[in-house]
Amino acid sequence: MNTGKRLMQKSLHIDPGKCTGCLQCEMACSLDNEGAFNPAKSRIKVFDFHAEGRFVPYTCTQCAEAWCMKACPVDAISVDTLTGAKVVSDALCVGCKVCTIACPFGTINYNQTTGKVLKCDLCGGDPECAKACPTSAITFIDADWTGLERMRDWASKTDSGTRAEA
Amino acid sequence: MARYVIVGAGPAGVIAAETLRQQDADGEIVLLGGEPEPPYSRMAIPYYLTGGIEESGTHLRKAQDHYAKLGIEVRQAAVSKVDTGANSLVLADGSALPYDQLLLATGASPVRPPVPGLDLPGVHHCWTLEDARQIADLADPGASVVLMGAGFIGCIILESLLARDVKLTVVEMEDRMLPRMMDQTGGAMIKRWCEDKGTSVLTSTKVTEIKAADGGGLQVVLDSGEQVPAALVVVATGVKSNAELAQDGDIKVDQGIVVDNYLRTSVPNVYAAGDVAQAPDHSTGGWSVLAIQPTAADHGRVAALNMAGVETTYKGNLAMNVLDTAGLVSVSFGRWDGGDGCETAESVDAENFRYMRLVFDGDRVVGALCLGHTDHVGVLRGLIQGDVRLGDWKARLQADPCRIMEAYLGSTLS
Amino acid sequence: MAWARKLLRVDLTKGTCTSEPLNMDWAQRYLGQRGLATKYLTEEIDPKVDPLSPDNKLIMTTGPLTGTCASTAGRYSVVTKGALTGAIACSNSGGFFGNEMKNAGWDMIIFEGKSAKPVYLFVQDDKAELLDAGEHWGTSVWDTEENIKKKHQDPMIRVASIGVSGEKGVKFACVVNDMHRAAGRSGVGTVMGSKNLKAVAIRGTLGVKVKDIGAFMTATANGKAILAENAVTGQGLPTYGTQVLMNVINEVGALPTRNHRDVQFEGAGDISAEKMHEKRASDGKSNLITNGACFGCTIACGRISQIERTHYTVVDRPQYQKASGGLEYEAAWALGAATGVDDIDALTFANFICNEQGYDPITFGATVGAAMELFETGAITTKETGGIELKFGNTKALTELAEQTGRGEGFGAEIGLGSKRLCEKYGHPEMSMSVKGQEFPAYDSRGIQGMGLAYATSNRGACHLRGYTVASEILGIPEKTDPLATEGKAGLVKAFQDATAAFDSAGLCIFTSFAWTLEDVAPQLDSACEGEWSVEKLLEVGERIWNLERQFNLAAGFTGKDDNLPARLLKDAAKSGPAEGKVNGLGEMLPEYYQLRGWTTEGVPSNQTVERLGL
Ligand SMILES: Cc1cc2nc3c(=O)[nH]c(=O)nc-3n(C[C@H](O)[C@H](O)[C@H](O)COP(=O)(O)OP(=O)(O)OC[C@H]3O[C@@H](n4cnc5c(N)ncnc54)[C@H](O)[C@@H]3O)c2cc1C
Ligand code: SF4
Ligand code: SF4
Ligand code: SF4
Repeated sequence: MNTGKRLMQKSLHIDPGKCTGCLQCEMACSLDNEGAFNPAKSRIKVFDFHAEGRFVPYTCTQCAEAWCMKACPVDAISVDTLTGAKVVSDALCVGCKVCTIACPFGTINYNQTTGKVLKCDLCGGDPECAKACPTSAITFIDADWTGLERMRDWASKTDSGTRAEA
Repeated sequence: MARYVIVGAGPAGVIAAETLRQQDADGEIVLLGGEPEPPYSRMAIPYYLTGGIEESGTHLRKAQDHYAKLGIEVRQAAVSKVDTGANSLVLADGSALPYDQLLLATGASPVRPPVPGLDLPGVHHCWTLEDARQIADLADPGASVVLMGAGFIGCIILESLLARDVKLTVVEMEDRMLPRMMDQTGGAMIKRWCEDKGTSVLTSTKVTEIKAADGGGLQVVLDSGEQVPAALVVVATGVKSNAELAQDGDIKVDQGIVVDNYLRTSVPNVYAAGDVAQAPDHSTGGWSVLAIQPTAADHGRVAALNMAGVETTYKGNLAMNVLDTAGLVSVSFGRWDGGDGCETAESVDAENFRYMRLVFDGDRVVGALCLGHTDHVGVLRGLIQGDVRLGDWKARLQADPCRIMEAYLGSTLS
Repeated sequence: MAWARKLLRVDLTKGTCTSEPLNMDWAQRYLGQRGLATKYLTEEIDPKVDPLSPDNKLIMTTGPLTGTCASTAGRYSVVTKGALTGAIACSNSGGFFGNEMKNAGWDMIIFEGKSAKPVYLFVQDDKAELLDAGEHWGTSVWDTEENIKKKHQDPMIRVASIGVSGEKGVKFACVVNDMHRAAGRSGVGTVMGSKNLKAVAIRGTLGVKVKDIGAFMTATANGKAILAENAVTGQGLPTYGTQVLMNVINEVGALPTRNHRDVQFEGAGDISAEKMHEKRASDGKSNLITNGACFGCTIACGRISQIERTHYTVVDRPQYQKASGGLEYEAAWALGAATGVDDIDALTFANFICNEQGYDPITFGATVGAAMELFETGAITTKETGGIELKFGNTKALTELAEQTGRGEGFGAEIGLGSKRLCEKYGHPEMSMSVKGQEFPAYDSRGIQGMGLAYATSNRGACHLRGYTVASEILGIPEKTDPLATEGKAGLVKAFQDATAAFDSAGLCIFTSFAWTLEDVAPQLDSACEGEWSVEKLLEVGERIWNLERQFNLAAGFTGKDDNLPARLLKDAAKSGPAEGKVNGLGEMLPEYYQLRGWTTEGVPSNQTVERLGL
């Protein structure tokens, strides 16, 4: 098991301020992963905070704690050594859904049609969502840079105090 | 060079071993398992029973040389005694195994209720791979099967038995299915769902005796006087920690082996993790044993970090369960049953088997139940264990409890 | 591919939902959405039917590109016989509802009959059912949308619904989806209300595929690049929204003001895009919070606005203090210039109410303008208005009437008739600024001549979205023509009308046409849809659709005489600006237009034309 030290790796960087809520990312993601334009099956989701006039794209941060991966009883989630992404193997996944409750960000979800789970795999290092975003609200940049630190902070609050692996 | 010994090759033990290796490249790591199998996951047993995976699919790590590569020595050896004074284990064959740091991850065992006839052939727990092999042998399509206990594990097994097309009768002593995971509303919906699928579910019913039937098979006698014939009886009436090992030393034992915020027992170089550990509880502030996979994984990781000298505090046990009952997915988190001073928000759509219940303590979510929901449910863990202060989002969740994802993002990313 | 190839037929009388294959021969001839639904409607109803009778049908329809990643491809339309006009009605809306319908596997939903009690349609992929809407009847669009999502425990459901105005028979009620996107004009929501259909709620998870994904991705990427580089779609619209036009149109002297008595509004600056951006002295915030996109749209012209918390309209009313859909140009004009009101927050409030209660701000504002003229000329008094001093520029009168109309109460109920019926009722039909019963939008045809012809001949009554020659006459797209000249406008109007019909039938937003021509659309359709889709074929489809709509209207009882403008625009010269002294030269353009269309001098498609187009 590799924990995917993320040192020089790239991450998705999300800037909600630039997002217009067009869902091109959801279409690109579902096309790449499901072979059809199907936002319902996208790994990235844009939340519309209508009353505040804010759109927030959201997906797995490939968090260092990898709750999903550690909870999996059959080792169906592993780290892609190239990208650091935690990737689900459909061949191994038994559909037990434990990962879906273990991930405190709600970013790994059960797909009732296939009986497996869906999560972001960084498209093997060439994220379709980032390429599809017309406003550069989603970019793929050096990990150190990403504003996702905030979300990782929450990850560590959920856990312990150390960020030994981060 | 430190020698780490881990007793128990379930998820807690395996994750601990791997985490130790990450932190300490040189230490000696010995992983002891008490069953004649490679390290495997009990949780995967139901999928073996449905035929979804082979036996090997239950193995925690798939590569044959996984442990060897990491320099983790895996041994099949039951431990009979811990000698904390000598920092040494006594193995079943009488040999000694000294340690510098010890992790007890011996899991739990099924509870055997005081019912006559439980030792008859054809009566099984469903806890080990060996149990599963026996069940697989008897649970043929059309066979009459009685499942004793409709708790969490019982309901998981129920799913696989249904998938094997057996004629199933479920007997539960309490007044609803999943008494410790679901409230009345949710339990009733699951029951109705099962009955719609042709399963007979007898709640508030006890098995008083199991008898060998004339001409083979079993007769299950119920407290109603009714008798149900069965080719197979599966007993799932709860589990208890395998804490005996620790019993006679200085290690404090209560329901399980009592550990502190670092997963350390009352003996400084002895740790415990997983189903055997009674750890600080995030919800109650007390201590609890939670026999669930995510807890075993967290314990294993945090214990190992501390054993390797990376001081890491454990945030506390949080009950979390996800269950698929013949297509109806249910989830529960934390203090779903509420308690003093808690407020709740509910949305019930019984007809369509959808239910959402949130429990608040002040402006934090402390527990949740959902039925028929699969999207973003993990965020409930984030909300609860992250102690997220909801601010105005509380009112919005009270108006529509399904807006959990928005509430999380709205309260954490602002 | 692209099409889901299935339509859902909902018989409200019987309470049944049935699936039918889509007529793919028709799809090759009418493409989808506006064209294809009009074909179904003309085949299935008697054009003479009373729009509010159970015999009228209402069709919600997507285009073949709806639900794909082509820019703006999330549109749907509502097609029916219009309650306001009695003509063919086709109102197009963005937001996210159209995509959801397509993703649930439906090209179209045809509603027929009338339900005995209020119902809503709930669709989850191929499962569709009519559910009791008792608890939603009498509630606003905003509440209905929220309550339905809550009831089904799914925030991802998309809802299109009518507000109280649509229930109460306000003649220009619309169908609103996603809180603030509307199939706005001609009273399509009124028809929905007459059927006791409160809402349509959809969750779609099936996915949309296209014929040749490789070619499609290239074609759509090219299209997106063109939109991004174009000054209007790449900068103007995202930054200022359609409101970018307010000052421009005022300057060219084509901003109809106070019921078209003037062509320039002294308060234009105060209700403009620039004003929406301006930071208020009081709280340092601006009216505009952000821009927002519809499904798949890479332009993102949508306005999200918030009213100043201390403004009289929202004090102690927290539901209106939140951000929501802000002013588009047409709404800002109708609520503002047409009524002489220049308070941006009051206009924003009235606009919120239009969305919340589901009625068309253009017809509403224009009708209030007409009522103000009736009031100022003494044709109505405070007795009729229930005490409202209905003078031009009376801000509070505007917002009060917005609320009354939303509830279908008080003088609001009379505003709810639309200007034509209202002005006739009070003996001044000439004061209604409308064609075929529908009010003009925000361009005065004395200052933009081509628009006069476009309005007069528009199949759904006065409208800017049936042939937007403003693009050419003012903005120079695709090339500049003189707004004050009538020469060449007949051809221009026809070309815009036919192309627009093709855009509207594809699933695209017409705003793409600021940057795209059919040359840019054809490769996107061709790679997505079965069959071959060239520019020529699209033009032919567009023309066929236009003529089909025309035939419907003729059969409904309209004649060439209805291709007309109110006398004010033909006789009273513009009082100021570049068009000062001008009237609209409709008479110079109309005969040429008929001729170019292949219609008789009475405005009836000739046999030859009918044959050529295979109608
Ligand atoms: C059928 C079934 C379904 C389940 N489904 C779920 C589920 O869906 N979700 C969920 O969260 N949890 C589920 N669980 C529970 C979950 O499997 C346990 O919580 C988890 O396995 C606990 O891990 P552990 O490492 O603490 O203990 P275990 O997995 O029990 O491992 C204990 C290890 O210790 C060894 N051992 C015990 N005593 C000795 C000794 N004296 N000497 C040496 N070795 C010893 C055992 O051989 C074993 O290798 C399920 C359990 C079962 C049986
Ligand atoms: S799915 Fe969740 S737990 Fe898994 S890597 Fe992503 S954020 Fe972490
Ligand atoms: S659902 Fe699949 S990936 Fe997730 S924990 Fe279970 S087996 Fe692993
Ligand atoms: S990186 Fe790929 S898989 Fe991940 S959200 Fe983006 S498109 Fe989806």
